Amino acid sequence: MSYAIDLDGASKEYGRVTALHGLTLKIPQGEVLGLLGHNGAGKTTTIKLILGLIAPSKGQVEVFGCEPYTKGSRALRTQWGYLPENVSFYNQLTGREVLDFFARLKRVSVREREALLERVGLEEAADRRVKTYSKGMRQRLGLAQALLGHPRLLMLDEPTVGLDPIAVRDFFTTVDELRRQGTTVILSSHVLPGIEQHIDRVAILRSGSLQAVGTLDELRRQAGLPLKISARGKWPKGFWDVRLREQGIAQYRVNGTSLEVDSPLDTKLDVMRLLLSDDCVNDLEVQLPSLESLYVHYNAEQRQEASHA
Amino acid sequence: MHEILTVARKEFRDGLRNRWVLATTVMFALFALGLAYFGAAASGKVGFTSLDTTIVSLASLAIFVIPLIALLLAYDSVVGEEELGTLLLLLSYPLSRTQLLAGKFLGHATVLTVSSILGFGVAALLIAVLTGDVGSSKLWQAFGAFILSATLLGWVFIALAYLVSVVVSEKSRAAGLALIVWFVFVLVFDLALLGMLVATQGAVGEEYFPYLLLLNPTDVFRLTNLAGFEAVQAYSGLVSTASAKLFHPAVLFGVLLLWVVAPFGLASWLFNRREA
Repeated sequence: MSYAIDLDGASKEYGRVTALHGLTLKIPQGEVLGLLGHNGAGKTTTIKLILGLIAPSKGQVEVFGCEPYTKGSRALRTQWGYLPENVSFYNQLTGREVLDFFARLKRVSVREREALLERVGLEEAADRRVKTYSKGMRQRLGLAQALLGHPRLLMLDEPTVGLDPIAVRDFFTTVDELRRQGTTVILSSHVLPGIEQHIDRVAILRSGSLQAVGTLDELRRQAGLPLKISARGKWPKGFWDVRLREQGIAQYRVNGTSLEVDSPLDTKLDVMRLLLSDDCVNDLEVQLPSLESLYVHYNAEQRQEASHA
Repeated sequence: MHEILTVARKEFRDGLRNRWVLATTVMFALFALGLAYFGAAASGKVGFTSLDTTIVSLASLAIFVIPLIALLLAYDSVVGEEELGTLLLLLSYPLSRTQLLAGKFLGHATVLTVSSILGFGVAALLIAVLTGDVGSSKLWQAFGAFILSATLLGWVFIALAYLVSVVVSEKSRAAGLALIVWFVFVLVFDLALLGMLVATQGAVGEEYFPYLLLLNPTDVFRLTNLAGFEAVQAYSGLVSTASAKLFHPAVLFGVLLLWVVAPFGLASWLFNRREA
């Protein structure tokens, strides 16, 4: 199978500092990947490797079967869109002029440029200078620029930073649309909430090493984090203690009319059956481990290993 | 070529928006008119005097001002885009780094060229009208040569500014380094040369002294403008009429052009070599 992006043991060293340790990551066409990590974890380095802005110190990088750092990568450059982190554009030019500049470089028609301005909701501000733009407007201009020429691959570095909630929602609507059209999207971020339902897979980087990669379900299983089952109802005091212990469940909290059980994935149904076997429960809620708790888990794991060593 | 023109267009538009074009044009025109009118004040009279004096004093002033303007215009070309975050973006676009730099050069060079042609040209026209010399081919020839060499001098320092912009990683350092470049070529070089001559009592370098002048683009500019003028002696500094006559004007223009190509080539080479 050929991948849209194929990183094979890619490392990047800057002098003595290793920004990326042997990253192997294969991204099929049409996948939306969340690339997560703290600042300095290697997200931007990974993106730069994919865009051919830097050469790998070791290993291989291939995008659509070509090596992006070589001279022959020019054709590749018309097929991707990139939104860098913290881009502020040319203050003296208007939004339309900025987009026109990039559209010309990518040889994109005026019509498409205008359609994009409309799509990101900047048509009214298009003739104002960029220096009067808010952070969110600059970010939307950046997104319009990345979408020029219907790219097959989109790399978005911290795309939602500085956006208000409505703009974030609009942004994810756009991502979902692109996903339906089969665009490969890499979303690099350290802001997690709300990203779950818009991505196919997650890759978590820490200090230049890949900690985990997979779908949310895979990561949940792999991490073995408990899910949280909460029940509401009326029951006598001490009612659950015996029953839960019989099942070998020690992690739970009872608080008057509510009960919270931390259950491993594989005993989920047993716990639910037990809770439903009695009439006193009138509401039940199951909460899967959130992406945030997975992220914390994979970062904490490393920290423990480091402190042992 | 499409890529280069696109970048050039954007740079020129930036130049118009920043009022660079307007400011330098007005400044050049005022300098030229002022020097033409007050140029002979030292001899106790004002009014339009000889063309020689005007061109020579204009050239002396241009040596200070044009390099400074060119450096200010272009010192942040690369490092500034880096700080805006647009450099990474541009490098991910289908254009090479050489094309990016060439486009910027074309844009910046156009800003300076338009300003000098308009500024000095309008001044020349006014002088011609006020002195009733419109038909004088000598005036147009002298101003034409002056504008051409002044433009070339500006290009040299735009290219040097790119070199500065490529080697540093912060805008403030680029500004500092640009000032040093200005200082070295406009002031230090000549002083050092003079010092060498005096210290060795002319034993070292007398024969190849004129050739040493070619190592400084501002001296080359001086040579192009002083050759063949009578009023030179008082203003010429290190450049004597003798050394001015040593080189054919075409050679001097060639050397200036070389001074454009070499720093630009070096800047482009360094830019291509470094990682984003």
